[in-house]
Amino acid sequence: MVSLKKLSEKEELLAPGHRLCAGCGASIIVRQVLLAAEDPVVIANATGCLEVATTIYPYTAWRVPWIHSAFENAAATIAGVETMYQVKKRKGEITRDIKFLAFGGDGGTYDIGIQALSGALERGHDILYICYNNGAYMNTGIQRSSATPKGASTTTSPAGKVIPGKRRFPKDLTAIVAAHNIPYCGQTSPSFYNDLIGKVQKALSAEGPTFLNIISPCPRGWRHETDQSIAMAEEAVTCCFWPLYEVENGEWRLTGYSKQIAEGKKEKTSVIDWMRKQGRFRHLFTDARKPFLDSIQEEVEREWENLKKRCGY
Amino acid sequence: MKEKGWKECLWGGLIVDAGNSVLYKTGDWRSQKPIRDEKKCTDCLQCWIMCPDAAIKVKDGKVVGIDYDYCKGCGICSKVCPFDAIEMKEEGEQ
Ligand code: SF4
Ligand code: SF4
Repeated sequence: MVSLKKLSEKEELLAPGHRLCAGCGASIIVRQVLLAAEDPVVIANATGCLEVATTIYPYTAWRVPWIHSAFENAAATIAGVETMYQVKKRKGEITRDIKFLAFGGDGGTYDIGIQALSGALERGHDILYICYNNGAYMNTGIQRSSATPKGASTTTSPAGKVIPGKRRFPKDLTAIVAAHNIPYCGQTSPSFYNDLIGKVQKALSAEGPTFLNIISPCPRGWRHETDQSIAMAEEAVTCCFWPLYEVENGEWRLTGYSKQIAEGKKEKTSVIDWMRKQGRFRHLFTDARKPFLDSIQEEVEREWENLKKRCGY
Repeated sequence: MKEKGWKECLWGGLIVDAGNSVLYKTGDWRSQKPIRDEKKCTDCLQCWIMCPDAAIKVKDGKVVGIDYDYCKGCGICSKVCPFDAIEMKEEGEQ
C-alpha cells in the first residue's frame, strides 16, 4: 500500500500552470508516475496533448529533464539518451542512478510510434514507456486511433445514419508489447493509484525495457463532465473494458480490482452502463443499434475470459 | 512574461527555467470553485493525488488549502472526497 502522506512530502515534478483541459486524465497520470519514481528521471514525450499543453513556449511545466522531438520517435529518443547514459556510466562520468521514461498518447504509441517502440523494446533498453491512453487523437480534435473503442464517435469515425461510430475494436497493444518478452508490462488506471504507483515502481526496478498502458479519461473526447474523469477510469476497470493486469517475465497476473472480480470478491459492472455515461457513445442507445451495442458487450466479455485464462483462472 | 523575439530564443527551443509554467495562472479558467470544509476533512489526501493541476496544497501530511491561482475548477476533488468535504460553488457566488 502506498502512503499518500509520505508521497506528499515529495517535490511536485509536474508544475501547475500547464494548459491541459480541466479534468484531464493525462496530468493525473503523470503526477502519479513522477511521485512513484524514487530516482531522478529523464523523460521523452511524443507529440500529443501532454507534450503540447505542458510546454507552450516559452513555458514548461516539467521540473525534470524533458525532450520532445517528433510524434513517432519518443521510444527511439529515450533509447538514445539511455544508451549515452550507459556509456557515460561505464566511463565513470556519471555515477548516480537515473531512470529513463517516455510518455506517448495512444496516437503516438499504438499508431505512429509503434515501430520505434517495438525497436526499443527488442533492443533491450533500460526504459519505461508509458502510454496514456485516451482512445483518440484528442489534441488535433478527436480523430479515431487504433485505440479508439468500438462504437465511439470521432471526427474520422462520425456517427450518422449509416456509420455507428468506429466499427473496429481497439487493438490489444499491451499483449503486442508482452509478445516482445520484456521483463515487465501491464495495464493500470489512475483511479486505482495504489495499482498505478505499485506498477511504476515495479517497472522502474526491473532491468530492461518495461511498458505500462494507462487509461486516461478525456472530458472533451469522451464527452463527460470534467468531474467524472476518475469515475470513468474506475468504471472502465470494474466493467472489464480495461482490466488491471501485469506480465512479469512471461507470467500473466490480474491485479487489484480485476483480480478481485476474477475471484468473485467484487461485482463486475456492465460495459453498456459505462458507455451510457459518455457522449461519444450517445448515438448507440436506439433500438436499431441495440445489436451493435450488444456485440460490444460480448466482445469485452470474450476478451476478459481470454485474459482470465492467460492469468490462470 | 514578455514574448521573446526569435533572436532571444535559445538554440533548439530549449527552456532552461524548469517549471516556469507557474507564471501562467490557469485559475481564471475556472467557473466552479471548490470550497473545502476543514471540519469534515480528515486529511486522507484522496483529492491531492487525483487533482490534475496539483492545486491541493499539502503541508506535513495535511491539506492546508486550495491553490486558486491554478485550480481549473474541474470538480474531481469534490467527487473523490470520501467525506464530502469539498463543495463546488459557482465562481463569484461566495
Ligand atoms: S479527499 Fe476530502 S477528506 Fe480527504 S484530504 Fe481531500 S478534502 Fe480532506
Ligand atoms: S477543482 Fe480540479 S483543479 Fe481544482 S483543486 Fe479540485 S481537482 Fe484540482
